[in-house]
Amino acid sequence: MSTFFQTLIVGLRLGSIYALIALGYTMVYGIIRLINFAHGDFIMVGGYTMIFVVPAVLALGLPAWAAVVAAIAVCVLVGMATELIAYRPVRKKGTAMTALITAIAMSLFLENLAQAIPAIGPNPKVASQIFSAGGISIGPVTLEYTTIITIVISAVVMIVLWEFTQKTRLGRAMRCVSEDKAAATLMGINVNRTILLTFAIGSGLAAVAALMYMAQYPKVYTTMGSLLGLKAFVSAVLGGIGIIPGAVLGGIVIGLVESFTTSYISSSMADTFVFLILIVVLIIKPAGILGRNAGEKV
Amino acid sequence: MLEIKDLNVFYGAVHAIKGISLSVGEGELVSLIGANGAGKTTTLHAISGLIPAVSGTIELNGTNLQKISPEKIISLGLSHVPEGRHVFARMTVEENLRMGAYIIRDSARISENLEKVYGHFPRLKERRRQLAGTLSGGEQQMLATGRALMTDPRIVLMDEPSMGLSPLLVKEIFAIIQQLHEAGITILLVEQNAKMALAVSDRAYVLETGRISMSGKASELAEDDRVRKAYLGA
Repeated sequence: MSTFFQTLIVGLRLGSIYALIALGYTMVYGIIRLINFAHGDFIMVGGYTMIFVVPAVLALGLPAWAAVVAAIAVCVLVGMATELIAYRPVRKKGTAMTALITAIAMSLFLENLAQAIPAIGPNPKVASQIFSAGGISIGPVTLEYTTIITIVISAVVMIVLWEFTQKTRLGRAMRCVSEDKAAATLMGINVNRTILLTFAIGSGLAAVAALMYMAQYPKVYTTMGSLLGLKAFVSAVLGGIGIIPGAVLGGIVIGLVESFTTSYISSSMADTFVFLILIVVLIIKPAGILGRNAGEKV
Repeated sequence: MLEIKDLNVFYGAVHAIKGISLSVGEGELVSLIGANGAGKTTTLHAISGLIPAVSGTIELNGTNLQKISPEKIISLGLSHVPEGRHVFARMTVEENLRMGAYIIRDSARISENLEKVYGHFPRLKERRRQLAGTLSGGEQQMLATGRALMTDPRIVLMDEPSMGLSPLLVKEIFAIIQQLHEAGITILLVEQNAKMALAVSDRAYVLETGRISMSGKASELAEDDRVRKAYLGA
């Protein structure tokens, strides 16, 4: 029984990291129908920022996690620059396929650029301890502080994001732009600025995810965003891409599947099961768990 | 109020609007009638800045609209009810209406305008919490119209409000248009239903493949043989 609970907690922790990343995919997809392949690489950008900033933060007598502020700032800038320099011009002139190819190119560009920077290079870097070690024991189950912090922060971030999109003026503008750009323009919404804001938020979340991920797996390398990003993208699709609660649900499901497979079957089978679940769900429900297969009157 | 001179618009490679000029005066209800593909919607899109004009001028109370980014035009008092309603399907009726007042920051004024719109459309008030995507076509048209009124506009562009509606609802929508006109709102109406449009309008322009072929008092156009033959099925 204790193995079960331990596995459940690990799955939730992993799932909340996937969910944070999946939110970035889903928000950008929701607003411009683009799969931002570079999103996973924003995590890498956040990861390296932390690697370089943590020593400075520690020297100032601040806790290591405070470096996430710098990571968020850098990721937001990189995300916004990606939209402004690469995606916006292509969206104006090209097709959906052109935009998709641009996104793939952007991902490879970021990974290779990172490798070309001498301070980064091809070898992985090890991060220092981010949250204090140890944890609390409840009976036979041990909850590490890192786990608790990851789950709590992810939950808070997701609730805040949800409230933002539902209750605030800018959040509503985002929903309008994602539904109908022409109508949003007629309402007086600046569509391009709203899209830029979406990239900023999504990239900021990637930085938070980088912090959570590094707290658990303290290794940073230039291609770390590929598989992580892919699984988060799978989470977003599984939950129903474009839907915020779907990204959260998908992330948690993927995290749990991965953790239970690792615990009860074999760690080498974890990714196999993750993608198997994706295929099965999409056969049954092509639009994802919370997805709607259109059905609105026009 | 609205003054268009020698407007030329390309829709892709197609020269859709070929040098049209038209004007809408304060408090007038002017309609733009014509067959499918004549360029009616393109004209409205050019006014709202959704499509750039190649040449000519579009002035609203002396302000050149082409120099203003499309999302700022609503702040000058021009609202546009687009063809096909374009309501935000996944938002409730009330959320849609509040989005209509996006440019207004004063919440007291928003509530005041909301009540005014509910006054014009009691049915929307009954359905305020319903998702817009689940409304009937006629209700969606009311919502799109109500949403455009949320800023207290000085002029409203209405694009094919009767499209896809049953004859009974078409009557209802035109009654509403007339009611808005009587309330002093300036309206530029685009319609394929020439008969109904001419019946409620003060003046009208007939658009044929990007050119204005006829214009004048709506009542006189309705009596014109060419108009009767081509658009009124008489």
